Amino acid sequence: MRFGRTTRRSVLAGTMAAGAFGLSGARLAWADPAWKAFEGTDLEVMLTKGPRGETLQKYEDEFTELTGIRVGSEQIPEQQQRQKAVIELTSGSPSFDVIHLSYHVQKRQFEKARWLADFSQFLKDSNLTEATLTEDDFSAAGLLYAKNDAGEMRSLPFSVDYWMVYYNKEMFERKGVAYPTTFDELVTAAEKLTDPANGEYGFVARGLRNANVPVWTSFLLGYGGTMVDEQGQLKTDTPEAIEAAKLYQRLLTKSAPPGVAGFNWSECQSAFLQGKVGMWMDGVGFAPPLEDPTKSRIVGKVGYGVMPKGPVKQVSATFGDGIGVAEASSNKEAGYLYCQWAVSKLMGSRLLQAGGGVPFRKSILNDPEVRKGVTLPAEWVECVAGSAEVSELGLPVIIPVTEFRDTFGTALTTLLSEGDPAALLKQATQQFQPVLDKSEA
Amino acid sequence: MTSSLALEKPAAAAPPASRRRAGGSLWPFVLPALIVVASVIVFPWAFTIWMSLNEWQIGGGSSFVGLANFGRLLTDLRFHDALWHTLYFTALAVILPVVLGLFSAIVFHQNFKARGFLRALFVMPMMATPVAIALVWAMMFHPQLGVLNYLLSLVGIPPQLWVFHPATVIPSLVLVETWQWTPLVMLIVLGGLAAIPTEPYESALIDGASGWQMFWHITLPLVLPFVMVAAIIRSIDAIKSFDIIYAITQGGPGTASETINLYLYSVAFAYYDIGYGSAIAVVFFLMVIGLAVLLLWLKKRVQWTEVGIGA
Repeated sequence: MRFGRTTRRSVLAGTMAAGAFGLSGARLAWADPAWKAFEGTDLEVMLTKGPRGETLQKYEDEFTELTGIRVGSEQIPEQQQRQKAVIELTSGSPSFDVIHLSYHVQKRQFEKARWLADFSQFLKDSNLTEATLTEDDFSAAGLLYAKNDAGEMRSLPFSVDYWMVYYNKEMFERKGVAYPTTFDELVTAAEKLTDPANGEYGFVARGLRNANVPVWTSFLLGYGGTMVDEQGQLKTDTPEAIEAAKLYQRLLTKSAPPGVAGFNWSECQSAFLQGKVGMWMDGVGFAPPLEDPTKSRIVGKVGYGVMPKGPVKQVSATFGDGIGVAEASSNKEAGYLYCQWAVSKLMGSRLLQAGGGVPFRKSILNDPEVRKGVTLPAEWVECVAGSAEVSELGLPVIIPVTEFRDTFGTALTTLLSEGDPAALLKQATQQFQPVLDKSEA
Repeated sequence: MTSSLALEKPAAAAPPASRRRAGGSLWPFVLPALIVVASVIVFPWAFTIWMSLNEWQIGGGSSFVGLANFGRLLTDLRFHDALWHTLYFTALAVILPVVLGLFSAIVFHQNFKARGFLRALFVMPMMATPVAIALVWAMMFHPQLGVLNYLLSLVGIPPQLWVFHPATVIPSLVLVETWQWTPLVMLIVLGGLAAIPTEPYESALIDGASGWQMFWHITLPLVLPFVMVAAIIRSIDAIKSFDIIYAITQGGPGTASETINLYLYSVAFAYYDIGYGSAIAVVFFLMVIGLAVLLLWLKKRVQWTEVGIGA
């Protein structure tokens, strides 16, 4: 589906050149790449369905106008897109040139199979790369995601998702509760805000298997733990992991709405939108509906808080998308131009301003002019910037991420009805370690 | 299935000599269909069986492991749970629509005002897309915002957790299946009811039979073969049900509604473990075949009883 209208090439080129000039100081706009070098190329792009995919598709005519490269793009729901990508890339002749990937699920798998083209040389080539596109403009998490063990950049970091806490300011004021700054305060606040007789609950987060794992890892990181050590051994039954699971169990059984064991983000969001839930912990990208009067009963009452500090450190679990070109593609340079356009200042600003995603590029996030255009409250932008400072990868960089999430997710869901966190985590760890060992064998 | 078909054949007689002679020249007529069947049915199955004997991870290599994947199934607790969920779901999702379908067919077989309109209304759920239905039901099941708990509150029943609790998730999913597929059973049984002759009823009335006696001794035995057909269709549909469960719960909470089909999907397409996934598919296929043979055997018995009554 395409939206919007094509804008003038000159306007676009001018905007990008101005961005290049304005941000790089001494660098001049003439350092722009030869956008037209691959004119006439046909490029197939496979995107993930969602605000990020939609933004790229909406403006792809502008890319064609700028480069003369024709784009055929397709948006596929996340789960199906991942499966399709793996099957096609395994076949050795994928139907697409450019692929939008989820780093937190696919990074290690793509790296090990070397499915993506190496951008390292392209990045150094001024005929191909805009002057402002430098490695140090990407946040640390972005570089961690995009680079492989050998330091090669095989994709460009596109959009980052930090985990944070949405809170209902009105409920907090009514109960005289302050926004929690530590895990202990989080529990106290959640329990104070809970009033089942009036259908009010202090806290909500995902309880559904698989989807719930980032909630637990967010706590686990705050306790100073990690999921997998450098030797590839699971650290998921350590005291830190058990404490995190206990916290998860306590919050979701004592302060969350009934039925939370089956809640994914959408059910959490629905509950929060009704104004009956004090806090909702999830990714930063879910803010726009909260401020939409047609969908929300809490417009203007939402607070955006950085994750409270754990006993060891304050961490915002981080997830992210990247965009790369298939190694098997014969249009690598043209594909690279598309990736570069996707992460450009213009496109990143559009994404941020609509609240559809947060660019990994610091020059976009920190630009006051860009921030002015953000439709969400300034507090949200502050929260994003604050989260970026305490960001750590929210899932282990392993191949069987989905199986990891399913195995530990089942244990976490079980905790919501019965069970001992230590025993369940031990069982899940024993079950998953052989799977992990086999994946790297 | 082959064996049951063979049983229905008349006593084997040697083909006439002329047909035997012509046998060779008939192959060109059979061959196209044979090639299609071999390539779209036999080959995928043979390949699945071959894959089930291999350790094969997408993105990695493959190696022959014999029956190791099947051995793994014996100790895989998640598979055992999935097996139990499949049987539980199938049993409920067959019995409820069949009983309600039979009852509604009897109701709609009567003559009453606006019968045609109400019949059309009744069969509407069957026409809707399962995933769309699933999304609507998922909203209706929401414990705080769903309309179902609101309706219960109107009659003083406390709110339920429906698909959001391990104990109630499968019966709640069966509710959706029942809502959607009772009309199919009703249509099949209605066809059966229309085909029943009126004479037995006339005789029964002369003999002074009550309404219940007529139903029990005439209607039910005569309509039973149709009920069995509906039960066979429902059983095969229910055992392989995927869309409704996946769209509403994705097998959750935890793995409380994960059937073999959903587990198979996760193993093959989320964990990319094609070898093990194929082993599950082979076992699942054998289960479906077993169920189909059992039901066909039951159907034959019902027909035999019918002949017995007639005789």
